[in-house]
Amino acid sequence: MQMFEAIMLSVIAASTPLLLAAAGELVVERSGVLNLGVEGMMIMGAACGFAGAYVSGSVIIGALCGVLAGAAMAAIFAALTLGLAVNQVASGLALTILGTGLSGLIGAGFVGQRITPAPQLHLPVLTDLPLLGRILFGQDAFVYFSIALVIGIWLFLYRTRGGLVLRAVGDNHTSAHALGYPVLRIRMLAVLFGGACAGLAGAFLPLAYTPFFIPGMTAGRGWIALALVVFASWRPGRLVGGAYLFGAVTILQLHAQALGLGIPSQLMSSLPYLATVIVLVLISRTRGSAGSAAPASLGVVFVPDR
Amino acid sequence: MKNRIAIAGATALLAIAAATFGAPAAEKLKVGFIYLGPVGDFGWTYQHEVGRQGLVKAMGDKIDTTYLENVNEGPDSERSIEQLARAGHKLIFTTSFGYMDPTIKVASRFPKVDFEHATGFKRAANVSTYSGRFYEGRYIQGIIAAKMSKVGVLGYIASFPIPEVISGINSTMLGAQTVNPNIKVKIIWVNSWFDPGKEADAAKALADQGADVLMQHTDSPAAMQIAAQRGILAFGQDSDMIKFGPKSQLTAIVDNWAPYYIQRTNDVLDGTWKSTDTWGGLKSTLVVMAPYTNMPDDVKKMATDTEAAIKAGTLHPFKCPVVDQDGKTIECKGDGHLDDGQILSMNFYVKGVDDKIPGK
Repeated sequence: MQMFEAIMLSVIAASTPLLLAAAGELVVERSGVLNLGVEGMMIMGAACGFAGAYVSGSVIIGALCGVLAGAAMAAIFAALTLGLAVNQVASGLALTILGTGLSGLIGAGFVGQRITPAPQLHLPVLTDLPLLGRILFGQDAFVYFSIALVIGIWLFLYRTRGGLVLRAVGDNHTSAHALGYPVLRIRMLAVLFGGACAGLAGAFLPLAYTPFFIPGMTAGRGWIALALVVFASWRPGRLVGGAYLFGAVTILQLHAQALGLGIPSQLMSSLPYLATVIVLVLISRTRGSAGSAAPASLGVVFVPDR
Repeated sequence: MKNRIAIAGATALLAIAAATFGAPAAEKLKVGFIYLGPVGDFGWTYQHEVGRQGLVKAMGDKIDTTYLENVNEGPDSERSIEQLARAGHKLIFTTSFGYMDPTIKVASRFPKVDFEHATGFKRAANVSTYSGRFYEGRYIQGIIAAKMSKVGVLGYIASFPIPEVISGINSTMLGAQTVNPNIKVKIIWVNSWFDPGKEADAAKALADQGADVLMQHTDSPAAMQIAAQRGILAFGQDSDMIKFGPKSQLTAIVDNWAPYYIQRTNDVLDGTWKSTDTWGGLKSTLVVMAPYTNMPDDVKKMATDTEAAIKAGTLHPFKCPVVDQDGKTIECKGDGHLDDGQILSMNFYVKGVDDKIPGK
């Protein structure tokens, strides 16, 4: 049973950055914008988050720096794709390249430094409960925030007028524009929100997961977050399932190896991705045609006609 | 990886521009370095950068050095190496296994430039190879680990199933078995050289399954930090990682390239450079052990004695007979020990490793 607890704790830690980044990107894509720069915004969040925490000595200030860095990167993307109507795919890729380089520059002076990681919650009786105590009541603030964030996004998208407008903009920007909604402004806010989430996801890595900064430490998690949004067919609830499934498969394959089950590790390492492909196939089969769950205006540049 | 390539390209261009236009009037020897990762990886590339800095310090204004970081293995590296050669570098160090063929190719086009390729096995009249006998350090680590482990289970985070990594695991086990014949090792292959998050996850999994001494053949200090968090012991890799686990690090295998870089640069300056194959270990100080810490004096003594014996040549980690995990005795091609070719192409586990080599 101790094993179960240990595995679950690792799974939650591995899933949280994916969930945070993917939740932000989900809102962005729901507004009809495809930002492939998640990896770049994340690594900037990691560098600036660590720098902020190291200089100030506070994890909270570090996290805020990460959020701001992610949002600042997203602002560049917004200026290009919304302001100048540049191709979104190319801009997103460029954002990732920029983020990778710039974060290395910013973080260069902080490589090899250490900080105290984000503290974990400790409630007198609850945390010490057997089995579920530490899993439910012994996490750091990032974990609780990630769950609250997804619930908040779900409430916003499906239970508020603002969410309805955002989805309308994503599904048909021309109609939304004709109805008088400020399409570009809504999209800009969504993009900034997505950037902030990606920045926070990046900041989670050096502030809680592995408390040091190394260039390139996101190691492709931004791309996985992008895949998760598709995997979840743009629904917040499924996103939680997807992120935790991905985290679980990643961690379980490590444990299977340590147990010496003799399954080739290359196959094991590819399992999470294999699972993603299989679920995508299942989704598209049940829907009849692939991709119909995607916001209809996703990735299409919008230039107001007046 | 796409992003890495583009970054590498951009950095390469900038560095070349600097190298070409910033060239001083005096004829200084220009020495170039090609790095696989960022100089701040705190592992493999970082140690090469430390070596370059040592070279600069030793040679002063007799030389100019240039480095290109984040250069992907494969065709991209060929372009980068060629650009360095074109920019007037007379000695070029290419510091990763995957640069082997590109180095040979560029070398054939620039016969007057001398090349040094790390960890490869292809040489030419103007291409030398150099590497470290890291397995010597692993043998010492095995002895320490077996002494220090309370439960007799070691955790090993491995990168890719290539001979260098496999010989490291075997050397560790052979060392450990001299102390505890029943020592167990749990191995996790993360299929990456560098992914701090995944390395940390692997370290957690090993600790959760009861391993109380961790060792790694990956590049980041993530595992050391997990060991520190869990209050267990670990070994650093490539560089001294003591500050990531002040109470956990037992020792670390440190790659010490500076003496080699200084010697080879001097050879070029003297005109005595020749194509050679250097595989230096503890004796030539190409492999250095970080201070032995967090262990009682008797273990420390065993470690230093073993180190001295390996340096003196009286002890070889792969002394015959070496028995593989199926109980078959490996042919002894060297003088009382496996020869270098057998170590460089090792693709079997020694007896006592309860695991299968992935894909075998």
